[in-house]
Amino acid sequence: MNSGTEKLIFEQGRAGRIGIDLESFILPDSHRNRIIPEELRRKSLDGFPEVSEPEMVRHFTRLSQKNVGVDDRMYPLGSCTMKYNPRINETIASMEGFTGLHPAMPHGDTQNAFRILWELEQMLNEICGMDAFTLNPVAGAHGELTGLKIIRAAIRARGEKKDKILIPKSAHGTNPASAVLAGFTPVDVEVNSDGSISLESLEKVLDENVAAMMITNPSTHGLFETNIGKIADILHAKGSYLYCDGANLNALVGIARPGDMGFDVIQTNMHKTFSTPHGGGGPGAGPVGVKEELIPFLPCPRIVKAERDGAIYFKPKYDKRSIGRIHSWYGNFLVLLRAYCYILSMGASGLREVAEASVLNANYLRVSLSALGYHVPFGRMCMHECLFTDAGLPNGITTMDIAKRLIDKGYHPMTVYFPLTVHGAMLIEPTETETKETLDVFITAMSEIVGEAKEHPKLLHEAPHGTSVGRVDEVDANRPKNLNLRWKKL
Amino acid sequence: MRYIPLTPEDKDAMLKTIGAKNIGELFEQIPEEFKLKKDLKLPAPLGEMELSAHMKALSEEGEITLKNISFLGGGINRHYVPAVIPALLSREEFLTAYTPYQPEASQGTLQALYEFQTYIAILSGMDVANASLYDGATATAEAALMARRINKKGKTVYVSSALHPHYREVLRTYLRDVDVPVVELPFDQKTGKTIYDAEQMKDALCLIVGYPNYFGIIENLDEAKEVATKIGALLISVTTEALSLAILKPPGEFGVDIFVGEGQSFGLPPSFGGPLLGLMATKTEHVRNLPGRIIGKGKDKFGKDAFMIVIATREQHIKREKATSNICTNEALCALTAVMYLTLYGKTGLADLAKINMENACALRGAMKGMFKDCISFSGPTFNEFVIRTPLPAKFVLEALAQRNIYGGIALSKDYRRSNPNDILVAVTEMNRLDEVFNFVNALKEVSQ
Repeated sequence: MNSGTEKLIFEQGRAGRIGIDLESFILPDSHRNRIIPEELRRKSLDGFPEVSEPEMVRHFTRLSQKNVGVDDRMYPLGSCTMKYNPRINETIASMEGFTGLHPAMPHGDTQNAFRILWELEQMLNEICGMDAFTLNPVAGAHGELTGLKIIRAAIRARGEKKDKILIPKSAHGTNPASAVLAGFTPVDVEVNSDGSISLESLEKVLDENVAAMMITNPSTHGLFETNIGKIADILHAKGSYLYCDGANLNALVGIARPGDMGFDVIQTNMHKTFSTPHGGGGPGAGPVGVKEELIPFLPCPRIVKAERDGAIYFKPKYDKRSIGRIHSWYGNFLVLLRAYCYILSMGASGLREVAEASVLNANYLRVSLSALGYHVPFGRMCMHECLFTDAGLPNGITTMDIAKRLIDKGYHPMTVYFPLTVHGAMLIEPTETETKETLDVFITAMSEIVGEAKEHPKLLHEAPHGTSVGRVDEVDANRPKNLNLRWKKL
Repeated sequence: MRYIPLTPEDKDAMLKTIGAKNIGELFEQIPEEFKLKKDLKLPAPLGEMELSAHMKALSEEGEITLKNISFLGGGINRHYVPAVIPALLSREEFLTAYTPYQPEASQGTLQALYEFQTYIAILSGMDVANASLYDGATATAEAALMARRINKKGKTVYVSSALHPHYREVLRTYLRDVDVPVVELPFDQKTGKTIYDAEQMKDALCLIVGYPNYFGIIENLDEAKEVATKIGALLISVTTEALSLAILKPPGEFGVDIFVGEGQSFGLPPSFGGPLLGLMATKTEHVRNLPGRIIGKGKDKFGKDAFMIVIATREQHIKREKATSNICTNEALCALTAVMYLTLYGKTGLADLAKINMENACALRGAMKGMFKDCISFSGPTFNEFVIRTPLPAKFVLEALAQRNIYGGIALSKDYRRSNPNDILVAVTEMNRLDEVFNFVNALKEVSQ
C-alpha cells in the first residue's frame, strides 16, 4: 500500500493547465453563453483545479494505491460476499452496443437490452423459485424498500391496513430503516441462544397488524433458519407476508430456493451473489422477486415479451396497480448485464458449486479458527459465513484490534461488531473463490494474532502499522468544531 | 468451473478437518423438503470464448444504433468520456473494493469521495454535499423526506410540473406510503416557467423546482425562493444536466436549501439509463439531516491527516429504524468517475465545454428559426436542451427522422398529455457536430412537407 501523503487535487496543478484540449471546438468569437441573462450566469468555477492529463492520472493512480480490493487479497467481509469479479464481465459491460444505448431510443432499437433484462428476470425466477422479478432497484436497501412497498400495496388492495413489520434482532440495519421509509413500524423479534429466530417471541408479537416479517436466510449468524417452513405457515395464517433479505443467497444457489420455503418477496444483490464489483460502495443492483399474487404491484416499467406478426419482441409495460416508478429508468443496466454474464458462465452446475464451495470454505474456517481459541457463539454447522466473538481474548484484545492487525497481515478485515446480537462480533465470509492455500495462510495469520495477543498486545492495540494512515480518530473528527466535509480555498 | 479453485483433494481434506463425511452433510440444517431435487433450469454454462461471442453479437445489435445522429436527452445526457477515465476506473483497488468501513485500508476511495463532495459543493454553491445517492430521481425523493425532517410545520410537497416526469413519479412512489401529499404546480405555456400561487401553498413543507427544468428552461430561482420564504417552506432545486452548472449561477446563491441533481453527465455513458449518479448538497445547518454517506477529513492517532466516514450516527447500520435513510450501497464508483471527469476538464475546461454545448444548441435554435415559424415552444432562456415545435405531430416526425437515421428527441406528449402534440424535447451537446445540426434541420424540413 502507498504510505505517502497525496495532496488534495485542489492543491495541485497550476493556472493555465488543462487535462483535455477543446480548442478545435470553440469558435473564436463564441459569446453564446451571454444568451443566458447575466443574473442567471455563474461568475467562475473558482476552486476547481487546473491539471494536465498526466498529473490527473498520477493523482488517481496514487489514490488507488491507498485502497485494497478483492484482486489483491482475501476480503472476508461477512454478509458482503466479496468474491472474485470476473474480468470478462467488465469487458462486456464496456461494449459500446450496451454503454451507448439511450433509454429513450425507439424500443425497436434497444431490443438487445430488453432481451438481456427479460432473460435475466427468467433466470432469477428459476434460481429463487419466484414468479416474477423487477430489476429496477439499484441496491439491496432499494430492493428492500421496493419489496415492502409491494407488500403495502397488496394489503391496501385487499382493503386492509397492517402497519407492522417484524424483524429479527440479527438483521442488517437497512431492514428496519427500509420498513420506516415504507411507512411501517418495525418490531423486534428475539433470537434464541442457538442463533435461530425465537418462535415464542414471534408468536408474542404477531397480530392482525403485522404486514410482513423480514428474514435474512441464511441469517447473519451464518445459520439456516431451520424453522422457516413453520414461520411461513404462522405468518400466512395471519394474512401476513414473508420477506426474504437475499443478502446471503450465496449459500443457497442451486441447493434450495427461497420461493419454495414460503417466501413471498425476495431482494437479491447482484453485487454479492452474482459477482458484480462493489466499486467502493456501489453501483449495485437489488432485483426483487415476488410470488404471482404480487406481480401487479411490481414497480414500473416492467419488461415483457410480446409477439407481433409471428416475431418476438420486448417492451416496457406499465400496470395501473404498480407501486410506481422507483428509478429514473430501468435500474442499473450495466450491473444487471454483468450478473447476466455471470449466470451464463456458471450455469446450474456452477451455481451449485458456488454454494457448496462457499459453505465448505466457511466451515473449514469455523473449525480451524475455533481450534485456535476464537470463540464461536453458535457451535453448529454454518452456511457460507461463520461468526466469532472476542470473548476470552487475553489482555483486553478486542475485535477492532484483530481487524486492524489483519490489515498488517495482508487481509481486509472481516465484518466487525455486526450482527448486534453478540458482543464483539467477527463475521467471516471467505466465499467460494478462495483457494485452500489462501485459507490456510489466513488461519496461520489468525494463529499468529492469538500469539501476539498474549505476548505483544501493544502490537494489536496499535495496529495497523504499514498503512498510509494509522488508526483514525473518529471521535475527534466527529466533534462539531472539527467536522471537515470539503476542501475550502484559504 | 474457472472461478472456483477447490479440487476434489482440497475438498476431502477440508471435510476431514470439519468432521463431515460429504458436502451434503454441510447442508443438513436445510430441511429435506426444501432441498432442490434436480438441477436449476438454466442455459448450459458458457466458457469465456463462447460468452464473449454471444455478448458481442448482442452488443453489435446496439452498435448499429450508434451510427445514428442523436438529439436525445431528457436527463440522460450524451457527453464524450475521455479514455483515461475507464482506464483508471478499471484499477482493481477502486473497482473491487468494498464500502470504506475500514478507513486505514480505504484512504483512496475516501479521499476521492471527499474531493467529490468538494466539487459538488462548489458546483451547487452549497456548503456541503454527501458522497452520492442512486440517481437524480431518488435524490429528489430523499430531498423531500429530508425537508420533512427539517420543516416540522409544513405538510405538503409542492413540485413543479415542469420537473422531469420520471422524477415526479419516483417522488410520488417514495412519499405515498409516508402520508406526505404531493401537489403539482402548473407551468406557463409561453415561457415554460413554473407558476407559483403563494396563497394556495400555505401548508407547504418544501418547494421542488427544476434548474434547468425538463423543457430546458433556466428558471430564475429568486422567485421560487421568495415564495418559499413567504410560506415558510424549504426550497429544493433539481438539476438533471449537471454540466449546466458550469455556466449557471449556482443554486446556493439563490438561497436554495437542498440541491439535488443527476451527475451522469460527468463521465458516465448513457448505458440504457444506469448506473447513474444522484447528487445532493445542503447548508451546513442541515448536514445532520442529510441521507447517505458523508466523508470527513480528520486525523489518525499520529496527528496525520486521514479521511473517514463521519456523522455515521445518521446511517442505518448505526441508527437502524431511526436513520435518516435506508441507503447503504450507493454509487461510489460513479462518484469517482465524476471526480476524474471534473479534474480532467478543470476550471477552464468545464466552462468551455458548457460553452461548446451552448454554441451547438444555439446553432440548432438559429437554424430552426431560419426555416420554420414559431418553432421554439417556450420563450425562457435555455442551456443545451429546449423544446421545438414541428409543423407535424412529434410521433410522426420522430418516426420519419428515425428512418433517416436520426434520433430527433423525445415527444413531449409522451409525458405531458395536454402539451402541443408537435412538441419535441431536443438536446444538443459537444457530441453533435455542426454538420449534424444542419442535417437534422434539413431532414426535419423534408419530413415536415
